[in-house]
Amino acid sequence: MRISLAKEAVATAPPDASLSICRSANEDVVVALAGNPNVGKSTVFNALTGLHQHTGNWPGKTVSGARGAFHRKGREFILIDLPGTYSLSPVSAEEEVSRDFLCFGDCDLTVVVADATCLERNLSLLLQILEVRKNVVLCLNLIDEAEKKKIKIDSAKLSELLGIRVVETSARSKDGLPELVDALSSCPASEIRKLKYSSEVEAALDALTPAVSRLVRDLIDARFVALRLLENDTPFLSRLAAILGFSLIEDEGLRDALISARLILDEAKISDSDLRDMIAGEISKEASFIFSSCVTHNDPGYCRRDRALDRILTSRSTGVPAMLLLLGVVFWITITGANYPSQIISEFLFDMEDKLSHLFSIWSFPEWAHGVFIEGLYRTISWVVSVMLPPMAIFFPLFTLLEDSGYLPRMAFNMDRCFKKARAHGKQCLTMCMGFGCNACAVTGCRIIDSPRERLIAILTNNFVPCNGRFPTLIAMISIFFASGISNPAAASVMSAFFLLLAVVLGVLATLFVSYILSLTVLRGIPSFFTLELPPYRRPQIGKVVVRSVFDRTLFVLGRAVSVAAPAGIAIWILANITVNDVTLLSHITSFLDPFARFFGLDGVILTAFVLAIPANEIFIPLTVMGYLATGSITQIENYSQLLNIFSLNGWTAVTAICVSIFCLMHFPCATTLLTIKKETGSLKWTALAFIIPTVVGLALCALVNGLMHIFGVC
Amino acid sequence: MIQNDIFPLNSLSIGEKGEVFSLSFSGLDRRRLLDLGFTRGTIVEAVQKSAFGDPVAYFLRGTTIALRCADAEKISVRPAV
Repeated sequence: MRISLAKEAVATAPPDASLSICRSANEDVVVALAGNPNVGKSTVFNALTGLHQHTGNWPGKTVSGARGAFHRKGREFILIDLPGTYSLSPVSAEEEVSRDFLCFGDCDLTVVVADATCLERNLSLLLQILEVRKNVVLCLNLIDEAEKKKIKIDSAKLSELLGIRVVETSARSKDGLPELVDALSSCPASEIRKLKYSSEVEAALDALTPAVSRLVRDLIDARFVALRLLENDTPFLSRLAAILGFSLIEDEGLRDALISARLILDEAKISDSDLRDMIAGEISKEASFIFSSCVTHNDPGYCRRDRALDRILTSRSTGVPAMLLLLGVVFWITITGANYPSQIISEFLFDMEDKLSHLFSIWSFPEWAHGVFIEGLYRTISWVVSVMLPPMAIFFPLFTLLEDSGYLPRMAFNMDRCFKKARAHGKQCLTMCMGFGCNACAVTGCRIIDSPRERLIAILTNNFVPCNGRFPTLIAMISIFFASGISNPAAASVMSAFFLLLAVVLGVLATLFVSYILSLTVLRGIPSFFTLELPPYRRPQIGKVVVRSVFDRTLFVLGRAVSVAAPAGIAIWILANITVNDVTLLSHITSFLDPFARFFGLDGVILTAFVLAIPANEIFIPLTVMGYLATGSITQIENYSQLLNIFSLNGWTAVTAICVSIFCLMHFPCATTLLTIKKETGSLKWTALAFIIPTVVGLALCALVNGLMHIFGVC
Repeated sequence: MIQNDIFPLNSLSIGEKGEVFSLSFSGLDRRRLLDLGFTRGTIVEAVQKSAFGDPVAYFLRGTTIALRCADAEKISVRPAV
């Protein structure tokens, strides 16, 4: 019963790609990009459209269809980048988007992107698509990688055997893309490619196909539908019924035909599930045949390098240390590198503030305008920019490098045992990693998890890993309270990285623990079947990664932070400047919350700041400082030692800093994440739970730490 | 050395190969395995254990797929020739 609730909740999440594409002119050509996960569809898409869809070397990155366009010979080509899928029998929401579009979508051309380094598996999907789609082009991507691995592919023969155009590309270096564009602009035609099944199956198909054809007309290939009817593919048939407006078996003629077709199969003792095996077997046999006729390996040890790397990165003795070391190094570079630019940017921005203030006084603006715009708005924005920009500009490219290289699936591979013990899905590790960037994006990313129960667990626990909006707070706490006592700057930065790693490990442990508790209670169940592809390692394109992650991610997140911080800055200034009974509104609120907060090792100001930072976690520290100074605006603070002074004057101890760090790591998600959770689960109940769970865990842990520290007399 | 002719996939040691014989899966899970290439006669090699020993990565048809041991147990293989 409880699980069915979860199913309902997830089922309401709408797939994003719509089936009919709005064309601006009749001669516009709609092109679908399909293929196995992680074959470079998004790279091809970006190269053709000039857009910047995020790409990464792990399966499941694109979870909903993206759309772009390019012009050629006066016509517009509209490109739809579909999520990767292994087959036309989807097992998750994002694969359903692809199946629906490939079967029913309104498109003129289909480009199947295949990974030339593992063509055989890719051919299975292609053969399935060829059974339902006309006008298909095969884009043989990563051909450069294949050459490096000494894999030789006879494209001409491949094209002949498949009956479609084949274009070799390596989309990352843009090789072969002009040829692909040429191929598309000539709108190559290809017919449905029928696979030959056993004589009984063919006889059954002959009996059924005409009746189907009468009903589905041009919507979809009749033989393809007849096969689905025979193997009783219920999800497909109900989707078809929804699109047609009626169910096929309501038709009497079809029912009769189906009965006689089934009879043929029954006589040959072929059950539904036998038929499914026969179809899949036939497809893979054909794929093997085509593969062996067109592909030769000159070097049988072509994945030796990957295996050697895997032995270091995933083995029992070195796997976990390597993972911790990699993350630790990423954190260390971020912390060390961010210090100097932070200082320079903040000095520059506060220098600008003096000039702006001067202008305000020259133009004799009223006092309140200076207060609202300079002390409220400008200072908050300056804070956010100088504190957030440098760590983000370093952390994001580093993380993207890991992502590009193919390490993330290895991390999921290593961590899976833990997630299995927590009765969660192995891919939750991937969505957890996405959370380091942005929890809201990660919640959407949970679509890669097929089981509704495990997908909800992943959504509800995602907030336990710190997003980049919370990293600056954690870094500030660590730099001020835990690393400041160390005089050697090198040792201090190593310690900082160590503490940050500790915080992240704590977040991961909380994720596992809460997943386990959820699996025993509201989302009861055992982990479902799961497969994880480990893609070949690829050398990341460093220059491109740095540029793209700065522009796409860093500036995007910063923009969001600034746009939220601006109104918050004004609101805070107003709260701190309106007085009731001679005390500011802000003080009223903080002193009301104070006794409650003390119990958890925090104080009223901290708690108020956390609540007010719901729109964006990044403004937590500026808000706290403002609460303390109660001067009605954020003060000019150039470095961490001044922060330490303010905090110490207001009674902070190391325990306070620990509790703030814990609560920062584990409290209610930001507004964007909450809205995304509402959208993805379609349920207020689960959204509320996503709010309550981390808050309760965080408060409990804070109370525990605070209590223990008091008992042991640390403070 | 494996005695019986047919044995579960998870009993392969790293570096050993087997030929897929049958799958004790049904429905979508079975379909997914077939789509990934676990069809009868396919040669599968166990290539790498993960840090905690489970799952194990298998190499087949040019790709590497990780399976949890409990799932690999439901795939029967025979010695590859």
